[in-house]
Amino acid sequence: MNLIIEGFAWIFDPAHWTTSSTSQGISEAFVQHIILTGISLLLTVLIAVPLGFYIGHSGRGRQVAIISSNVARAVPSLGLLTVLILAIPIIPGIPNNYLAYIIVFVLLGIPPMLAGAYAGLESVDRETTDAARAVGMTEWQVLTKVEIPLGASLIVGGLRSTTLQIVATVTIGSFLGQVSLGTFIVDGLEQGDFVKMIGGAILVAALALVLDGILALVQRFVVPRRVSRGSIDTGNTAHGMRLRASTPGTPITEGN
Amino acid sequence: MIEFKSVSKLYPDGTRAVDDFSVVIPSRKTTVFVGSSGCGKTTLLRMINRMVDPTDGVIEIDGDDIAKTEPVHLRRGIGYVMQNSGLLPHRRVIDNVATVLFLNKVPKPQAYARANELLDTVGLDRSLAKRYPGELSGGQQQRVGVARGLAANPNILLMDEPFGAVDPIVRVDLQAETMRLQRELDKTIVFVTHDIDEAFLLGDQVLILEKGAKIAQQGTPEEILANPASDFVANFIGADRGKRRLTVDSKVKPRGDDLVLIDAGGYAAGVISAPDGKLATGTASPKSRSISNKTSQAGDA
Repeated sequence: MNLIIEGFAWIFDPAHWTTSSTSQGISEAFVQHIILTGISLLLTVLIAVPLGFYIGHSGRGRQVAIISSNVARAVPSLGLLTVLILAIPIIPGIPNNYLAYIIVFVLLGIPPMLAGAYAGLESVDRETTDAARAVGMTEWQVLTKVEIPLGASLIVGGLRSTTLQIVATVTIGSFLGQVSLGTFIVDGLEQGDFVKMIGGAILVAALALVLDGILALVQRFVVPRRVSRGSIDTGNTAHGMRLRASTPGTPITEGN
Repeated sequence: MIEFKSVSKLYPDGTRAVDDFSVVIPSRKTTVFVGSSGCGKTTLLRMINRMVDPTDGVIEIDGDDIAKTEPVHLRRGIGYVMQNSGLLPHRRVIDNVATVLFLNKVPKPQAYARANELLDTVGLDRSLAKRYPGELSGGQQQRVGVARGLAANPNILLMDEPFGAVDPIVRVDLQAETMRLQRELDKTIVFVTHDIDEAFLLGDQVLILEKGAKIAQQGTPEEILANPASDFVANFIGADRGKRRLTVDSKVKPRGDDLVLIDAGGYAAGVISAPDGKLATGTASPKSRSISNKTSQAGDA
C-alpha cells in the first residue's frame, strides 16, 4: 500500500515531468504513448472495420477471419515485437523506428476490432436485414441504416478492446527502447527503483481507464434508443468472435 | 397482372424448390399460395420482388419481364409484409412506415403526413407514431408492417404468412382488416399461408401447392371445397376427415332459431340459422362476409 502512495507521490513530483540527461520525463513519455496509440489505433480501425463490415455483411471469409484473429491473439506480443523490430530496417525520415513499432501495434490491435465489427453486424437479426432489403434498400443502405446502427454496441465494444490492447502493447514496446509510459517500468526495473515502476504502472492504468471511459460514453451515445434494452444488446465488449449456428448468406427458407 | 411462365428454382445444393411453375395472378384480386412447410410457396412469393431470382423461366408484371428491372427499383414499387413484421427496431413507428417514402426521396413533411394517414388506414391510433416497434403488441406490429407495405401506394402487395405469429383472436381481426383493405384499396394481393382456413377466407383464387411448388389444385375456395382434385387436396383441406361435411345434429335440441351442426367425427362444428326450426331457403350472398368495424381501432393488446 505504501508503495502505491509513493508511486502517486512520484507522479506528482514536478521534477519527474521533465526529461533530464539522466532520466526520462513523464510529459514526453506521455506524448509519445498517445501519439503511438493514436496512429496505431487509426490504422487498425481503417483496416479492421471495413474488413469486419465486409465479412459481417456478406458472410464471406468468416472462417479466414476467425482463424487469423485467433492466431494473431495467440502470438506473444513481446516476441513479435522483438522479431519485427529486428527485421524491419530503419527507414530514413521516420523517427525512432516508428514504422516497425506501429506495424506490430496494428497487427495486435486488429483481432478485437475485426471481431467487434464482424460480430456487431452478425448480431443483427437476419429477418430485419431481409425486410430492409425487401422494401427496397440497397446493400449500402442495409449496411449503414440497419446493420451498423443495430450492431453499434458490439462495434464500439471492439474498439474499446482494441484501444486497451494497443495501450498495453505500446507499454511493452519500451522493453525494446521505444519511449512511452512503459519506459518508467523498464527503467525502474533496471535501476531497482520500485516506486518509479509503480508510478509508470499507475500512469498506464490511468491512461487505459480514461480512454476506455471516453469510449464507454461514445458507446452509450451511438447505440440507438430502445435497442440496448432489447435482445440485440449482447454485452458491452466483444471479447472473442462469437460463433453462431446460423450462416449468413444462406437463403431464407419457408417462414412458418 | 403477374404471370409466372415455366419458372424453376434450383439451389446450388441440388434442392429443386420450384419446378416448372406457371400461373396467372389476376390484378386487383387476392391470390393465396397455400401449402405445407417447404413446398416452395415463400420462394414463389419472393420471386415476385426479386428477393429470389428463378434459375429458369420468366416472371412478368403487366407484360414486362421483371428480370430486366433493377431489383431495388422493383422492390420499392411492391409492398412487402412479412411474418414477424420485420420492422427496424431502432426507428419509431412513423419512421418505419415512411421507410420506403424516404428511400424514394419524398420530402419529410409529406412522408410523415402520408405515414400518419396510413396509420389511420390500418387502424392504428396516431398516438403510437412516436413509439418504437418493441413497445407495440404483436398485432400492432403487424399493422405497422402492413402500413409500411402500403406506403408507396404500390399496386402489388406481397404478404408472407403475415399473421402466422399472432394469437388467433388478433389474427381474425387482422384477416378482417386485410379483406377491408383489399376492398377499399383494390390492390393485387399475393398471400402466402399454411393455414387453409385463412386461404379460403382471404383468397379470390387459391393455389394449393405440393412439394416443389407443384400446383395440386387452383381455383376459388368454393370450387376447391366442392371438388377436391386429389386425395392430397382432400386431405389438406380436411375433407377426407369429414371436417368440411357438416350435418344437422338431430339429437341436440335447437337453441332458439339455431340448429347445431356436427362434422363427420361427431364434433359440434357450428350452428346454422333456421327460423322456426326450418332451414331457410333462398339465396345467400357468399361474398358478403361481414366485417366488424370494431376492429378499426387498435384494440388488440
